[in-house]
Amino acid sequence: MMAIWRVFLKEVRENLRDRRTLISALIFGPLFGPVLVASALSLSFRGAGAQGERPLYLTVSHAERAPDLLAYLRQYDVRIKTVEEDRAAARREVAAHRAEEVLLVPDDFGPRLQAGRPSPLLLFADESETRAAASVERIAAIINQYGATLARLRLVARGLDPMLTVPIVLHPIDISTPAARSALALGALSYLVLLTMLMGGMYLAIAATAGERERGSLEPLLTVPVRREHLIYGKILAACAYMTLSLVLTVTAFAVALRFVGLERFGMSADFGPRVAAAIVLACLPLVPFGAALMTLVAAFTRSYREAQTYVGLVLLVPTLPLVFAAVLGLQPRAALMAVPSLGQQFLILSLIRMQPLPAAYVALSVVSTLALGALLVFAAGRLYRREALLG
Amino acid sequence: MIEAEGLAKRFGTVTAVSGVSLRALDGRITGLLGPNGAGKSTTLRILYTVLPPDSGDARIDGISAVVEPLAARRRMGVLPHGAGLYPNLTARENVIYFGALHGLARTERRTRAAQLIRQLDMEEFADRPARGFSQGQRIKTALARALIHRPRNILLDEPTNGLDVMAVRSLRALLQRLREEGHCILFSSHVMQEIAALCDEVVVIAHGRVAAQGTPAQLRSRAGTESLEEAFVQLVGAAGGALDAEEARR
Repeated sequence: MMAIWRVFLKEVRENLRDRRTLISALIFGPLFGPVLVASALSLSFRGAGAQGERPLYLTVSHAERAPDLLAYLRQYDVRIKTVEEDRAAARREVAAHRAEEVLLVPDDFGPRLQAGRPSPLLLFADESETRAAASVERIAAIINQYGATLARLRLVARGLDPMLTVPIVLHPIDISTPAARSALALGALSYLVLLTMLMGGMYLAIAATAGERERGSLEPLLTVPVRREHLIYGKILAACAYMTLSLVLTVTAFAVALRFVGLERFGMSADFGPRVAAAIVLACLPLVPFGAALMTLVAAFTRSYREAQTYVGLVLLVPTLPLVFAAVLGLQPRAALMAVPSLGQQFLILSLIRMQPLPAAYVALSVVSTLALGALLVFAAGRLYRREALLG
Repeated sequence: MIEAEGLAKRFGTVTAVSGVSLRALDGRITGLLGPNGAGKSTTLRILYTVLPPDSGDARIDGISAVVEPLAARRRMGVLPHGAGLYPNLTARENVIYFGALHGLARTERRTRAAQLIRQLDMEEFADRPARGFSQGQRIKTALARALIHRPRNILLDEPTNGLDVMAVRSLRALLQRLREEGHCILFSSHVMQEIAALCDEVVVIAHGRVAAQGTPAQLRSRAGTESLEEAFVQLVGAAGGALDAEEARR
């Protein structure tokens, strides 16, 4: 037991002096991840939030052919620039980005309108551009509304009830809570938390196993009067320490970064305070021994540092798989799914962010199952170190 | 005292050693001499318990390395081939870590490490990270690491590999001092001069078998030559011939 502790202390100390371990455990994940997510969230909010208030600019060709429409558009605060262009010129104008969209009024617009026949209007825009597509939608809505008003006036003029043309009114009712809406945006957060947590222990797990074998320090280590499995338990424990540190730093950094984004402004829950952060750390902790044992086991199988990096890098993809399945299949928490390591933690983090608590039995199932599978992996790693072929 | 009896080890279809028996006494330097691939390293690895033998037994001061490997390890200091160190730890920390793993108390392992650093003339680099050490500095550190727990028996696998003349001379002096203190020293080499200069007893290994064991003088007279090298060539050749004859019989 004493030996496990001594191996642990030595691995922790040695890796404190390793720049690669430190950068991945303490800098890259915990700082880079949250900054990335926070700025992405902030940008996307700014884009969506600003769209509604953006003034509409519209270039109208031959506006003199539709004076009433122009007046109607101006009522809705559309900034109009009038030109006199034919179709080809209007198309060139839009293609060259000199105008976002051009509304062309054909010369038969007035006569057809007066005759009570459908009167075409041509709206040129490049809808592959997000901003233009949104503007087109808003202009189309205003013009359709103008058309509907004209239709009702025609019915009234003929002595009919204009309500005859409105047989159905659909009212979409959004029941999502502000917290649930933010959970969608913050879904990536749970993935980043788990990923950076694993990354925190990755280099230590590699250096302590494959790296040790490659350097030739494994053989002398095996000549000390310590059981081989105790050596690897100490190494796994050291990886756990770095992962826990990385986890705490990452969640703290997220809590701070999201405060600056200001989720409330967008009607989202911003309850990412110390309590929720602490709960997220607790929810992820059972995955620490599981991840550390898995990475150590994989690294211990390989022959060299480089080979270990490749395979352990693949192991880092493991927490992404449940996330992808959960997103594609729209998985909801179920007993069987809660028992899956990393997927269970994913659900726990989401439930904490959404403030929709899961049943206590689910929480217990996730914790117990992940810890049990972790213990199994630790045991397997111990068995691996007892193999004769360890030295290769 | 180190004794081996009928050690055999196969890796897949390759027989590394078959029926190696030898004895290394306290207060003597015993050399394990043989060409590359003869089974020297495998024999040493079985003796210092990182490899279990397929058959046979090894005893360290009478303790079976096969049955009680942990107890046997306490009585051995080992310098394996290559002498890998932890690059981010200093020489002193590398040595103290092994003291801790051998169960020495904190003050004891510090005092002992300081003592070894003095004895092995390591003061100059003792508190530098091992990352940029020369081969000589590495071997010295690994040697201090092997001696931290005052083992009675010392096993070294090709310790002079890659050392310059000065380093070889100081290693030689150290081994002689350890012999005078009554330690049992077993080391492998394929360099004739090393063996001739140091050993009280020589075990010649060839083709995974012991071809001869005795003092350098005994080996020379057995082969009927004046030089140890000539004796070595004859003994190894004879062992190869015997092996070929045995294989032909099958």
